[in-house]
Amino acid sequence: MRVITERDRCVGSGQCAMLSPEVFDQDDEGLVLVLREEPAEGLREDLLRAADLCPSRAIRVDG
Amino acid sequence: MTQSAEAAPEAGSPLPQFPMRRTCPFSEPREYAALRESEPVSRAALKVNGKPTWLVTRHEDVRRVLGDGRVSSNLKLPGYPHQFHIPEEMLAQVRLMLLNMDPPEHTAQRRMLIPEFTARRVRELRPRIQQIVDEHIDAMLAAGGPVDLVTALALPVPSLVICELLGVPYEDHARFEEWSAALMNHDLSPAEYGAAVQALDAYLDKLVTLKESEPGDDLISRFLEKNAAERVADHVDVVTMARLMLVGGHETTANMIALGVLALLRHPSQLAELRADPALLPNAVEELLRVFSISDSGTARVALEDVEVGGVTIRAGEGILALNNAADHDEAVFPDAGTLDIHRKEARGHLAFGYGIHQCIGANLARVELETVYGTLLRRIPGLRLAADPESLRFKDDAMVYGVYELPVTW
Ligand code: HEM
Ligand code: SF4
Repeated sequence: MRVITERDRCVGSGQCAMLSPEVFDQDDEGLVLVLREEPAEGLREDLLRAADLCPSRAIRVDG
Repeated sequence: MTQSAEAAPEAGSPLPQFPMRRTCPFSEPREYAALRESEPVSRAALKVNGKPTWLVTRHEDVRRVLGDGRVSSNLKLPGYPHQFHIPEEMLAQVRLMLLNMDPPEHTAQRRMLIPEFTARRVRELRPRIQQIVDEHIDAMLAAGGPVDLVTALALPVPSLVICELLGVPYEDHARFEEWSAALMNHDLSPAEYGAAVQALDAYLDKLVTLKESEPGDDLISRFLEKNAAERVADHVDVVTMARLMLVGGHETTANMIALGVLALLRHPSQLAELRADPALLPNAVEELLRVFSISDSGTARVALEDVEVGGVTIRAGEGILALNNAADHDEAVFPDAGTLDIHRKEARGHLAFGYGIHQCIGANLARVELETVYGTLLRRIPGLRLAADPESLRFKDDAMVYGVYELPVTW
């Protein structure tokens, strides 16, 4: 499983970083930063949720 | 099915009026369920001026509209669904706030502000927010009940948080709070209200001027510093931005504090669970935000091109109200949507903070404020109860942001 983000689309709402701080953070500009690109399988449900909740559709979960 | 607000002249049936009222303070307006079911993208007439607008009521469609790059938030466009009367001359002079900007201006200003509201930054503010809440609860306990929770806690907490965020000097806090509370006091005469608006505007103007020459460790100073390099805003834009932080973050959070406490008092078993297990707080906050969705029609747009939503074509230039309260009661996403359930798994999918590029920049800050207030109040005043007949409470039926005017409580 890979987490892919598009920084160009991110609007910095921080939903992802609030919901799954073990995988997402925000950089100095407030844009999404992936801490673990290939997170543990157990996080799949959380990550799909983060992808769905992202207001700018900037998060994708592959594989 | 294709229709547009301009075509299809109505055969005698007048359009339903918007806004529609919440007949029960804990429910969405009764009309929404029928709209979602049989006409999820429908027409209505704005009460203020009779102009037609589209109402979008399903969760999926509301997300689609708010995530669509072909809709505008610009309140100066002729089709914008205004809910208050603003004279033309005044509208022409209004400086656009972030809330009403479109890309690329919106993107440039928003990017300058988002570092102030990251999840990490908000976590760092937590201890200070806790302190502010504790001080106000100390004062409540010292005064003894009954007190009005709105004036004792709900209004001052978010006002002080914004004060400190903007870098309002400590000695001005009391005046700042007074003016910002006045803006929410619907019992003031138009003259008194106008005076408060002017005083606050003059104050913010002075504050920005001060920060221009003596920067501090605050949002306005950092904005000015970045702006010196990027030049996206002039002095008036910075004052406008500061005012938006206050307008956008004060009454909204205050109303959610009071409504949330009221809802919990009406659901004693959920309240008891929450007191016993504070780990339930974050989800309870989401559920309360969902149930009330207080800024229902704050998500207003104008179509820039023809846009198809739920099988209906909305024509370029037509106004759209993507109703987040209607979306947040959509049974397709929230089964038994009318029931408050602090354990509801899908609560976080609510659109009370909007969706898309304008999604509330203060959402995570508001979440922490609400968690802190609810949690601390339940812990420190376990005997909290309503000190008024529930029937006597007055709700903000005519305001843009839903709330309760007063909430007498005792313990
Ligand atoms: C429970 C509390 C709150 C609620 C329900 C709320 C609701 C909303 C909604 C629905 C929007 C989107 C409007 C649109 O799409 O047109 C929004 C935007 C915004 N909110 Fe909030 N808000 C809350 C708290 C706050 C706080 C605490 C702040 C700041 C300190 C804030 C500042 C803003 C700003 C600046 C925007 C404009 C963002 C943009 O256009 O990019 N809000 N809010
Ligand atoms: S939820 Fe989406 S828009 Fe918000 S910070 Fe994360 S990636 Fe960016």
